[in-house]
Amino acid sequence: MARISLKVDGAQVSDDVEPRMLLVQYLREKVGKTGTVVGCDTSNCGACTVHLDGRSVKSCNVLAVQADGHEVTTIEGLADTVEGDLHPVQEAFRECHGLQCGFCTPGMIMQSVDLLGDNPNPTEEEVRLGLEGNLCRCTGYHNIVKSVLHAAKGSADQGVSA
Amino acid sequence: MTATQERPALEIGKDRRRKEDQRLITGRTRWTDNITLPGMLHLAMVRSPFAHANITSIDTEAARTAPNVVGVFTGSDFGAEMGVCINAWPITPDQKTPNHAPMPSDRVAFAGEIVAVVVARTAAEARDAAELVDVEYDELPAALDLKKAAADEVLAHPDLGTNKSALWVFDSAQAGTGGNVDEAIEKARGDGIVIEREYRQQRLIPAFMEPRSVVVDPTGEQITMWSATQIPHILRFALAATTGVPESKIRVVAPDVGGGFGGKLQQTPEEMIAFAVARRLGKPAKYTETRSESLMAAHHGRDQWQKLTLSAEKDGTVTGLKVELLADLGSHVSLVGGGIPVLGAFMFNAIYKFPAYQFNCQTVLTNKTWTDAYRGAGRPEATYAIERLMDELAAEVGVDPLAIREQNWITHEEFPFTTVAGLEYDSGNYEAATEKAKAMFGYDELRAEQKQRRDAGDPVQLGLGISTFTEMCGLAPSRVLGSLDYGAGGWEHASVRMLATGKVEVVTGASAHGQGHETAFSQIVADRLGVAFEDVEVLHGDTQVAHKGLDTYGSRSLVVGGEALVKAADKVIEKAKPVAAHLLEASLDDIEFEAGRFSVRGTDQGMAIGEIATAVFAAHNLPDGMEPSIDSEATYDPVNFNFPHGTHLCAMEVDTETGETTMRKYVCVDDIGNIINPLIVSGQVHGGLVQGIAQALWEEAVYDDQGTLVSGSFVDYLLPTAADTISFETEHTTSPATTNTLGTKGVGEAGCIASTPAVVNAVVDAVRHLGVNDIQMPCTPERVWRAVNSGGDGGDTEGAAMPHFDESEPGQDSTEGAGA
Repeated sequence: MARISLKVDGAQVSDDVEPRMLLVQYLREKVGKTGTVVGCDTSNCGACTVHLDGRSVKSCNVLAVQADGHEVTTIEGLADTVEGDLHPVQEAFRECHGLQCGFCTPGMIMQSVDLLGDNPNPTEEEVRLGLEGNLCRCTGYHNIVKSVLHAAKGSADQGVSA
Repeated sequence: MTATQERPALEIGKDRRRKEDQRLITGRTRWTDNITLPGMLHLAMVRSPFAHANITSIDTEAARTAPNVVGVFTGSDFGAEMGVCINAWPITPDQKTPNHAPMPSDRVAFAGEIVAVVVARTAAEARDAAELVDVEYDELPAALDLKKAAADEVLAHPDLGTNKSALWVFDSAQAGTGGNVDEAIEKARGDGIVIEREYRQQRLIPAFMEPRSVVVDPTGEQITMWSATQIPHILRFALAATTGVPESKIRVVAPDVGGGFGGKLQQTPEEMIAFAVARRLGKPAKYTETRSESLMAAHHGRDQWQKLTLSAEKDGTVTGLKVELLADLGSHVSLVGGGIPVLGAFMFNAIYKFPAYQFNCQTVLTNKTWTDAYRGAGRPEATYAIERLMDELAAEVGVDPLAIREQNWITHEEFPFTTVAGLEYDSGNYEAATEKAKAMFGYDELRAEQKQRRDAGDPVQLGLGISTFTEMCGLAPSRVLGSLDYGAGGWEHASVRMLATGKVEVVTGASAHGQGHETAFSQIVADRLGVAFEDVEVLHGDTQVAHKGLDTYGSRSLVVGGEALVKAADKVIEKAKPVAAHLLEASLDDIEFEAGRFSVRGTDQGMAIGEIATAVFAAHNLPDGMEPSIDSEATYDPVNFNFPHGTHLCAMEVDTETGETTMRKYVCVDDIGNIINPLIVSGQVHGGLVQGIAQALWEEAVYDDQGTLVSGSFVDYLLPTAADTISFETEHTTSPATTNTLGTKGVGEAGCIASTPAVVNAVVDAVRHLGVNDIQMPCTPERVWRAVNSGGDGGDTEGAAMPHFDESEPGQDSTEGAGA
């Protein structure tokens, strides 16, 4: 067992974990962050994507011990509250019907937030390439891409009016 | 009294944002794997690495003594209480159906079959201990290739004496719905055109994003099973029917379910084993599969060889169609697996006026993962075959493929139209959908560009693909299912509860897993009862709440379940009317209901339906003898299937030097009748399109010569990504269905049914001038290149799988190239 201390969605947490425990298992099983899900075992699907120190990672590809001393944000920590204030990307996914079953959605949103952080005004092609590591079986990606472009446009419009 | 509610604007047709999204985008979800219960144990499965073998011994000792292991069980540890996996659709009375034990103790019939289960306090400990279970096998020859299996060269189940499970035949001459197909073909051999082709429907994997998971809690009066399933009601029935536990002692809950596409339309061995283990130990138990287990052991789809003979007159007027299918069932005849190809039996003739038709389907057992429903289920296969054939006929006659279709299709004046397969198509307008699609696509301009590229000898050629599809959906009239020997009906149930505060709870027997029922069904009820969209709550997927239902598949939820809702809502109104008359002191005959308000004809007196609900709750002042309730329920059995149709046009660029294909444009105009929520419809269409496109271009479950699935992870099974796909142009024409109140038609499977032939037609069209008239799916660059350079259809995939470890080769001690 190894002792780790880190910040998850703004809260300080500390646990003893097996060295082999994946970050995603730690988040789900120890911290109760079940909003982050596991969709495969080969790091292809991206459903488990979270932010580690502000950058997207597939949390099945990070050991819990590697997150020691770092800061993790999951889909549950992206918005200020669960009922009201959504992150603009969350809002865009709802507005543009960017989800159906919703299983890939936490990872899709976390990856999209990171993508827009790097490139606030992406082209459709750039969005598609930026989401290549996240699989969705429901939407055919059409409305996911639209959601990300919508979120980008929203923040651009806000920038103009501000 | 006066009405307090504003008359709401009509909800049906509005692009309402989905009610269910708030939870899903903030991570407040209840996937089965999120559920943990006090004292819950975890299961890990030990699976056969062999496609076909006798189990000679299972040594569980080391696993039993591993840390925190509570038990290790094999098939022989359980008796009849384990139950069996049922086949609900024996398609012929003499169908050969091997016994389907959830955990066999004597012989395994596919690689991935469960032979032992380890129970431990944590999932990781269960998985670790599963590695310690030592199973000895005596390998048997495996029936793998579908055609060889059909010839009984090797038997998948030796005691059955044959691999042939059932032969199902429809003949229009015998049925009295058309002429003799053999005569039509003979005549065409003399003075017309005969097109003979053989197409392969490759094996696909549904690959829903949420791996299957099941939790069983035996500690209540009812045993509760949570499962990532499309079919909580059918599952409960199957559990009760085969384990001896009374149905009333079982509760099945499908909480948030992450996609299904037919892949969760199953009663699984994993569910049966979890149920048995939890009962045996008296503790809650959970099993969640890994993705590799899911790809290997959750049921697969399609897998057919289609031999097709189409006859026509010299001018291209079709005269007959004969279909001979071989369908791979895999190791067992699963829940509805045998019936899947039969769902295509009535659809090969599609929108065309064939005077003679014959369908023959031989289902065949092999030692591969069992097959069952996958989005479209039978109709994509049929649509692919006929839409590919119509292109071939056009090429033979030398006309545009749209022209040959128009020459043969049912015109809009001819509806309702009884087809050669005996179905009555209620409505449609193929001309209108096609005209609209052509205009959106820029068909004539793209044809001109294609000609220019051909003339210039451009290495990148352009192909245009067409699919003017129809399908039958909305499963199904119970009487028809009965005539097809299906084991259940096709009705759906709904109830409407009028709460004291004026809110409305709607309970449906359909079980959504991403389709947005909460939203669309709220819109229907809001309009029908004249209440606010926000005031309606849709409940489903729990047999304690929705006690009656037949679940979600076959594009049935709206057209069958939605109609049940309408009927239940109408009963609420009928029950509320006498209350309104009583409270308004008017004659019942003078009470009118409109937009949520009961009013007295010719006066301004009225009451909102919510006020009636409150009055009925109090029950202080009701008509004499009236039961104090206006809650209502309805069970609706559809009178017909319904028949969405559409015109899909696809432009593909094909690099003739590399075989690479690139989708340039995809336009579709679907006629799905009246639309409840256009936003949800667009999502259904897009998702269906990509699954169909993926069959055409990318996906295939590949087995090696040992019967091992080599596409057993997302590294090898090619699910498309955002970077592989394009944005689509989708539109609609509207021919309302005449067989339901709302005029709706199913849309869940339409995109997936239509798109596959559109894409392959486009790829073939791009290189037809190079002597190519078929390319086997998936149209990989390698296969396209081979077809262009050496003719034929590009060949099978089997030979392209990574060769097996060969000890005689040098350098084989590394994992490189061994697929390890």
